[in-house]
Amino acid sequence: MRYSGWQVLAQGITGNRGWRPAWRDTAPKPAYDIVIIGGGGHGLATAHYLAKRHGLTNVAVLEKGYLGGGNVGRNTTIVRANYGLPGNSEFYSHSLKLWEGLEQDLNYNVMHSQRGVINLFHSDGQRDAAARRGNMMIAQGDDAILLDRDGCREILPYLDYDQTRFPIYGGLYHPRGGTARHDAVAWGFARAADRRGVDLIQNCEVTGIDIENGRVTGVQTTRGSIRARKVGIVVAGRSSQVAAMAGMRLPIESHILQAFVTEGLKPVIDHVVTYGMGHFYISQSDKGGLVFGGDLDFYASYAARGNLPMAEHVVEAAMTLMPVIGQARMLRSWGGIMDMSPDGSPIIDKTHVEGLYLNCGWCYGGFKAVPGSGDCFAHLIATGQPHPAATRYRLDRFATGHGLMDEEGTGSQHNLH
Amino acid sequence: MLIPCPQCGPRDIREFTCKGHETYMHRPSPAAPPEAWDDHLHNRDNPAGPTREMWHHVAGCGAWLVVERNTVTHAVTGAMLAREVAR
Ligand SMILES: Cc1cc2nc3c(=O)[nH]c(=O)nc-3n(C[C@H](O)[C@H](O)[C@H](O)COP(=O)(O)OP(=O)(O)OC[C@H]3O[C@@H](n4cnc5c(N)ncnc54)[C@H](O)[C@@H]3O)c2cc1C
Ligand SMILES: [Zn+2]
Repeated sequence: MRYSGWQVLAQGITGNRGWRPAWRDTAPKPAYDIVIIGGGGHGLATAHYLAKRHGLTNVAVLEKGYLGGGNVGRNTTIVRANYGLPGNSEFYSHSLKLWEGLEQDLNYNVMHSQRGVINLFHSDGQRDAAARRGNMMIAQGDDAILLDRDGCREILPYLDYDQTRFPIYGGLYHPRGGTARHDAVAWGFARAADRRGVDLIQNCEVTGIDIENGRVTGVQTTRGSIRARKVGIVVAGRSSQVAAMAGMRLPIESHILQAFVTEGLKPVIDHVVTYGMGHFYISQSDKGGLVFGGDLDFYASYAARGNLPMAEHVVEAAMTLMPVIGQARMLRSWGGIMDMSPDGSPIIDKTHVEGLYLNCGWCYGGFKAVPGSGDCFAHLIATGQPHPAATRYRLDRFATGHGLMDEEGTGSQHNLH
Repeated sequence: MLIPCPQCGPRDIREFTCKGHETYMHRPSPAAPPEAWDDHLHNRDNPAGPTREMWHHVAGCGAWLVVERNTVTHAVTGAMLAREVAR
């Protein structure tokens, strides 16, 4: 069924009895051309673009839990293209352009809202860095506006402009940035891939990768063995374990990132706002909850829940920047398992095994990357060549030192991003 | 999370910073091949379960510790002074 305003109307006046499940719940076939391990945003998007751009539909996505139960349904939904380094810059620019046509492409309302992202700065040095970043964004063909203090006050009146410790000097405004509904992104890609014939197989954990004479031949799963000519690993926080099934030891550490949401409120925050002097960023969901987060807990973890010190830090930063938030009651907090790479940038590459491909290292920023990563990973799997927007996401850059993309300038080492 | 510092007793993790896996205890020699340095600096077992890590008691006695911890449950099962582990 194609979704449309007409369908909503027609279903509405006939008791909404005609809606059908958005995708088939399929059992695995014995063999596929391509198996994608991981039914998160990136895995589902990869399946969609394999089918749509390359006509490859004898494809299965294997998910150990349920579709969208991983980070794709746990993030704070920020979508932006404000990276500075070659490699990241063209990739995120490409991804944002895909976002801009995504709802038509998927025939699904992912509630993509280009409400603007404002990164605040609080010193002369930070202003220089923001101006430089803005110029890099414009040079890439994206958009950036440098706001001064009054410019910020006009659109963000609820911030504390009087505090003297970290005064707000201004902000870098990225109008095309914004948010999207994270679950809808997973569901939209799932439905679109399913409609083109891709099998989405849930409750199917991959437990082994079959390799013969240096070539991948299939996978072992909790629902039996499945043969495949090509296999893509795209399992976010579980990348190290799945890659180990193919004898690989990855430059990845899994860390916890927390997020928080308040009770639903009347509209108060119209944009995405990030604090430049503490770990805090915020937006308001369409349901009214203030959605905010901070930084990693900074120790390796697979627990998908965090500890109190980072929660306290985030709330302290929130109160410093916008004391009004003290009126709101916090509803929930949660965590996700982040696949952290040493330089903070991702990997989309072949592996030493013929037919086995790897997509990981998205750190805490892989939601905005979902369409771009799916497109580029599909391109690599289908053609054997990297997509022009992702030529620098090489796995060997850590070994060689060529092409490291350390966006924060802190060094290419674990625990620094 | 409480970390049992051998010198200070059980202390809140707010007093510590985590450096990462105890692989940092096994620094290759300066003459080691590039692959050894790549392994040391970048590649990780990244276990889901028991692990051994370097923690710095930065707001306490200042010692470097090797902490035994579970990455799935967050249970901390032991801590030793790094200089004693190195011996
Ligand atoms: C709190 C938080 C806030 C974030 N905020 C943002 C943000 O604002 N903007 C942004 O761009 N990014 C953000 N991110 C990052 C983003 O969510 C992730 O980078 C991205 O979702 C990871 O890709 P994915 O969707 O494919 O991962 P996941 O959804 O985690 O998908 C991986 C899937 O693989 C499955 N899997 C694992 N092992 C196996 C196996 N052996 N067999 C079969 N399946 C397996 C898992 O069950 C999982 O469903 C945030 C993350 C968190 C946790
Ligand atoms: Zn101590």
